[in-house]
Amino acid sequence: MRDPIHGVGRKLGMLQQINHQSAFEKADAPRRLTPYAGRGTAFMSRRKGGSVTVEDGQDDWNVLILRVRDHRDKGAFAALFRHFAPRIKGYLMKSGASASLAEECAQDVMATLWQKAHLYDPTRASAATWVFTIARNRRIDALRKSRRPEPEDLPWGPEAEPDQYDTLALAEETAKLAEAMALLPDKQRALVERAYFGDLSHSEIAAETGLPLGTIKSRIRLALDRLRHKLS
Amino acid sequence: MTIRHHISDPLLMAYSAGHLPEAFSLVLAVHLTLCDDCRARLGAFDAIGGVLLEAGNREAMGPGSLQATLARLDRAAPAAPSRRGKDSVPAPLVDYIGPDLAAVKWRSLGMGVRQAILPTDTAASARLLYIPAGRAVPDHGHRGTELTLVLQGAFHDEIDHFGPGDLEIANEDLNHQPIADLGADCICLAATDAPLRFNSLLPRLAQPFFRI
Repeated sequence: MRDPIHGVGRKLGMLQQINHQSAFEKADAPRRLTPYAGRGTAFMSRRKGGSVTVEDGQDDWNVLILRVRDHRDKGAFAALFRHFAPRIKGYLMKSGASASLAEECAQDVMATLWQKAHLYDPTRASAATWVFTIARNRRIDALRKSRRPEPEDLPWGPEAEPDQYDTLALAEETAKLAEAMALLPDKQRALVERAYFGDLSHSEIAAETGLPLGTIKSRIRLALDRLRHKLS
Repeated sequence: MTIRHHISDPLLMAYSAGHLPEAFSLVLAVHLTLCDDCRARLGAFDAIGGVLLEAGNREAMGPGSLQATLARLDRAAPAAPSRRGKDSVPAPLVDYIGPDLAAVKWRSLGMGVRQAILPTDTAASARLLYIPAGRAVPDHGHRGTELTLVLQGAFHDEIDHFGPGDLEIANEDLNHQPIADLGADCICLAATDAPLRFNSLLPRLAQPFFRI
């Protein structure tokens, strides 16, 4: 079998059905979220000895990026830097960069965050997701000396304000995805990590990821529909 | 535009992870420009990257790195708004062929079929294919992956019918002969990471010259 992730997909698929029934996909559902734990998004932490812990972020990184956007707030930027720069550096080193190149690129990525804060859309990507996409692009540029053509941007319309409800809903879905990833058996998790940090080619990636992506996809789709509606 | 043929999960994950050859990324970027459903799925795959980044190894930044970065910020201009494509050319393609499909310099492949090779990294090649209405690309198999995206017109092959925005993903298992619909000429964006396997002699002989 070339597809070792496969069996887990079904297991997690069931989990998804139990835990991820989302009320907001029904058109007439009340615009209220299930209780949202803390201000930050819950993320999994590194597992030691197979045990799984989920911890709450201490800061709401979305809010800090919006403070950078709206107020060019260097204090907020410094907090983002302290949190994300070491993780970006770790990601780049895991992807094969030397410590000095990773250090330099991590600074570049954080400077890009400052420059592009006005393009950040918290209804479509969590802060960590957005930072990941910037770091990924820097890696392709610096390590592979290649390009990654991007889809056409969907810019903010005249009402350039992310919907608070959509923002929270996406944060909640991201937290659920993090929990699901923390529950993946070590072998499956290692495969997903290799797909992102290693060099697993597209033909080596299993057709079934083993992760419940349906609800977060629906959230982002809804946010896209709203954006298209505003643009038209 | 009703798109019926979409990006597979493995390709979308590899695109999100940033491990695809430039030519493949270009084809997917054009599909993603036209297809919000795949764009939303890509957002979900990007979220996996975000979770991995959040939970991943931390490497201490050098002393003074925050100060050095802060010092750069005031000099950095805000990022420019991104380019928008013209009607006929989706935005990601504009960097490669300019804003006008009519200005593409075609080279004949024989039988009325024409191509224009696009400059990408060498891990895979990308080309525009111009197939006159009713004409066929010689039947062929694949040694690797071939992505074909319809920009204009439509074609059909042994698998299905493909219209504007549709993506056909072919691999070693597929032999096919794409034939343009009768109504209009068909323009496709295609990318391959290995030479095609033509089934008849003439195209095989011509193959090295056309880099297909």
